[in-house]
Amino acid sequence: MSEQTLSDTAVEPAVEVKENSSYTAKPLTLMWWRFKKHKLALWSLGVIILLYLVAAFAGFLAPYDPFKHNRLHPFVPPQSIHLFSEDGTFQGPFVYGLKRQRDPETARLSFEEDTSKINRIRFFVEGDKYKFWGLVPTKLRLFGVEGRRNRIYILGTDKLGRDLFSRLVYGARVTLSVGLIGVFFSFVIGITLGSLAGLIGGTIDTVIQRMAELVRSIPTIPLWLGLAAALPVNWDPILVYLLITVILALIGWTNLARVVRGHFMTIRNQDFVLAARLSGASKTRIVTRHMLPSMTSYVIAAISLAIPEMILGETALSFLGLGLRPPVISWGVLLQDAQNLRSIALAPWLLIPGVAIVVTILAFNFLGDGLRDAADPYQK
Amino acid sequence: MQDETILEITDLNICFEMREGTVNAVNGVNFSVKPGEVLGIVGESGSGKSLSARSIMNLLPRNATVTNGSVKFRKSDGEVVDILAEKRESRKMRELRGGHVGMIFQEPMTALSPVHSIGKQIMTTLSLHTDLSKKAQVERAADLLAMVQMPKPMEMLKKYPHQLSGGMRQRAMIAMALSCNPSLLLADEPTTALDVTTEAQILDLIMSLQDELNMAVIFITHNFGVVAEIADRVSVMYLGNAVETAAVDDIFYNPKHPYTRALLQSIPRLDGQKRRRLQTIEGMVPDPFNLPTGCVFHTRCAEKMAGKCTSQIPELTYFENDQMARCHLHQA
Amino acid sequence: MAGYIAHRLLWSIPTLIVITIATFVIIQLPPGDYVTAYIAELVETGEVIDAETAAHIRHEFGLDRPMYEQFLTWIGGILLHGDFGLSLDWKLPVSELIWDRIGLTLLISMLSLLMTWAIAIPIGVYSATRQYSFLDHLFTVLGFLGRGIPDFLLALVLMWMGFLYFNFHVGGLFSPAYENAPWSFAKFGDLLSHLWVPVLVLSTGGAAGLLRIMRANMLEELGKPYVETAYAQGLSERQVVWRYPVRVALNPFISTVGWALPALISGDVITAVVLNLPTTGPLLLRSLQNQDMYLAGGFILILSVFTIIGTLLSDILLVLTDPRIRHS
Repeated sequence: MSEQTLSDTAVEPAVEVKENSSYTAKPLTLMWWRFKKHKLALWSLGVIILLYLVAAFAGFLAPYDPFKHNRLHPFVPPQSIHLFSEDGTFQGPFVYGLKRQRDPETARLSFEEDTSKINRIRFFVEGDKYKFWGLVPTKLRLFGVEGRRNRIYILGTDKLGRDLFSRLVYGARVTLSVGLIGVFFSFVIGITLGSLAGLIGGTIDTVIQRMAELVRSIPTIPLWLGLAAALPVNWDPILVYLLITVILALIGWTNLARVVRGHFMTIRNQDFVLAARLSGASKTRIVTRHMLPSMTSYVIAAISLAIPEMILGETALSFLGLGLRPPVISWGVLLQDAQNLRSIALAPWLLIPGVAIVVTILAFNFLGDGLRDAADPYQK
Repeated sequence: MQDETILEITDLNICFEMREGTVNAVNGVNFSVKPGEVLGIVGESGSGKSLSARSIMNLLPRNATVTNGSVKFRKSDGEVVDILAEKRESRKMRELRGGHVGMIFQEPMTALSPVHSIGKQIMTTLSLHTDLSKKAQVERAADLLAMVQMPKPMEMLKKYPHQLSGGMRQRAMIAMALSCNPSLLLADEPTTALDVTTEAQILDLIMSLQDELNMAVIFITHNFGVVAEIADRVSVMYLGNAVETAAVDDIFYNPKHPYTRALLQSIPRLDGQKRRRLQTIEGMVPDPFNLPTGCVFHTRCAEKMAGKCTSQIPELTYFENDQMARCHLHQA
Repeated sequence: MAGYIAHRLLWSIPTLIVITIATFVIIQLPPGDYVTAYIAELVETGEVIDAETAAHIRHEFGLDRPMYEQFLTWIGGILLHGDFGLSLDWKLPVSELIWDRIGLTLLISMLSLLMTWAIAIPIGVYSATRQYSFLDHLFTVLGFLGRGIPDFLLALVLMWMGFLYFNFHVGGLFSPAYENAPWSFAKFGDLLSHLWVPVLVLSTGGAAGLLRIMRANMLEELGKPYVETAYAQGLSERQVVWRYPVRVALNPFISTVGWALPALISGDVITAVVLNLPTTGPLLLRSLQNQDMYLAGGFILILSVFTIIGTLLSDILLVLTDPRIRHS
């Protein structure tokens, strides 16, 4: 009999380990396992990682300097990329040259494809100078077209002839990081106040609760507007940028604090905390080793749902001209150009940053939903 | 359908389509109920006993399908309704539910609507199946609460479920189920969630009401003790099969199926020999996605006959006194 | 119950006081004041104002007094005479500027709220009762889109589409012909024909969010035993769904209806700017930019009062509809 048992265990260790691991796995590992089943959320995570990579390598991906004006090319529509020329011969990826026309009546410039000129796309070309991650000066760009005077505008240009694609890629850096930094601030405020309220309770809880209620009672957008309008126009853009994130955080912390407080309240009297207390664990140990880990997954889900709120906040403020201002490039700033019907009717491609915003918000929402579902340990 | 029966289930088969595969939850269940008779259905969780009861109400979960069999119910006016042939939402079905067949559930905590008062919920049933005036409904509801021995019935009408104790809620539930004088009461583990004293009270109440109103009762439980106390006939279920059905005395003193015997031996007894170890049934309930071939019980059966039990599904064998069992042991 | 309401009412007083002070301080935060902004604007047009005139204007508006004095005068005027002060920018009493616009804002917000509910509740119920059906999937996709598209972007796109395909000028609340005309049926009809755009824009985002919540709540409620009891009583599916689970699933809605209204009012700011609506939004924006503090302060104060009343109302509604809360 004992032989049998031995051989049994010898044959099946792999299964054993796998089955046991679901009992001993840390909450985050469990969460990841559940999250992986959520296909849409997994794809969204991919999209978000891609977006942040784009932001990180903006200089390399953008073909041109996003600030460089081009007097000759205002409002160029997006150019399509071709593989075959008019006569059907394979040319490799290329764009046609631009033909400038001036409407004799309205004196307005318009552009057309000049099918006689073929500008081939080249990869890893030398382009405008930039500093990679602010450190290494380089000219290497992912793509460009041959010919010094030729340009490629895959998303068109704005009224000053700046390449929209380059501006979009650069804008990602600001817009996407506003979300992260804003959430970081509100996370710090929210976790601290929320856990204080949930742990200590009593007067401190009441005070913090009232504070949160107060912030929530002030209509959000006027409060934003008020605070944002308080930022002087002539301040350094970087400072304004930081302050905007702080403003977003000052309003956004209440939700996170509520989640944290509620969770502390529920688990404070749960058996596992009581068990830890009865076995003589110190208060700090109970909080850091037992209570906080039990809510990491919730906090992660709450954060991923808060980021799109922050991004939307920045975009809306900048769009109204109260947030970031040119020369800073963010997606909200880019959309300022599309504020009125006339410019949209003339150059609908100026709405493209809006598409980028929608994609980002959706991806974060899907990710957040997936994480929230995965964070619930009692899910089927 | 025999004249004296009010409910007859023949060869009922129900399966679930799940992402993981098909589960045959009920496989060939047969039983019938006579007026005024108490039928106990015993089985462990997942044996298909609740599902069989739901099929009487035609209230199966949406992903469940009846693959075979029939459920026939004789109304008090003599009309026979082929329940599974009716649409879930048909007028006839809705008249049956609450009107001719009452049902009480396991969880008195959650089985009553949290946002309506007890009285309102009883009156809903009344307004669906009777044409009593509003005032008469209130009176009838109060009478019903008095009938289930709730104190101060008029005040109780205004109470919400969360204001009552578990036992009181179950009484309200019974009052609701009986409000239209059903001829059949389905009780799905109505005492499982209650503590022992309350359980005894509720069982007494159900028994005395059954006596008083002379209705048939199908009482589903996993507790043999409860069955012994209240049932006239007992059906034992295992993995979707009604393995044995018999009068209560025959089940306890003359069980035919090895599963029934094994179950009875695993009940602790005060009068048995001392220092006897309680017997358990070997092995585990098989995976429902992967039912054993042949007799479903053969994997755990002490009297398994190699070859036969593992490959052939046993037919029902009839004994005297309406006892029947599905086992190869009794087949010639 | 009465005690509860009284308690809540009492609590809203300090909240209001803090909000007014906070508002006033926030408006005063930017360096300089209205006169600085005014001068800057004049300089742009080529006019120059000397220091003496500037000081004179400041004195006239009381801007040279300490902040707490300005605050006390302002709040005293509101409390004692219902006088919200003078808009520095418009040189008109604030109340004259505000009420008209607040009326329109409330109209749009109320309609949007109704629309939000009218979209979210039936679709949420449908999606939950017919889970994984084709329409459920379709509504899920639409719901996610609605949540992902910011209001102002939707407004922009609608404007553009209207222009492109119907040559219809989306924006404003009145056609030019009626803008300054007295109220009449024709003007009202004109208003209705313009109103749907902002109402649609404002309700989609909220409806998409609520739809998800409603669906999730309904799914949870539909799985509860009391639903089965209701079927066993002999109720039809429609009766069961609408009488029982919907009522329970609506509780979270009721508890947030008070926030929904102020959220719509403030959400209206950006949409109103884009669509060029004569509501509070654009005026508030301008007053903040120009440091027209009495006007901005008045707006924020009134909006805050709406928020507080809304929260109070929803708390009371919740207590009324959910017996479990009422009796605890």
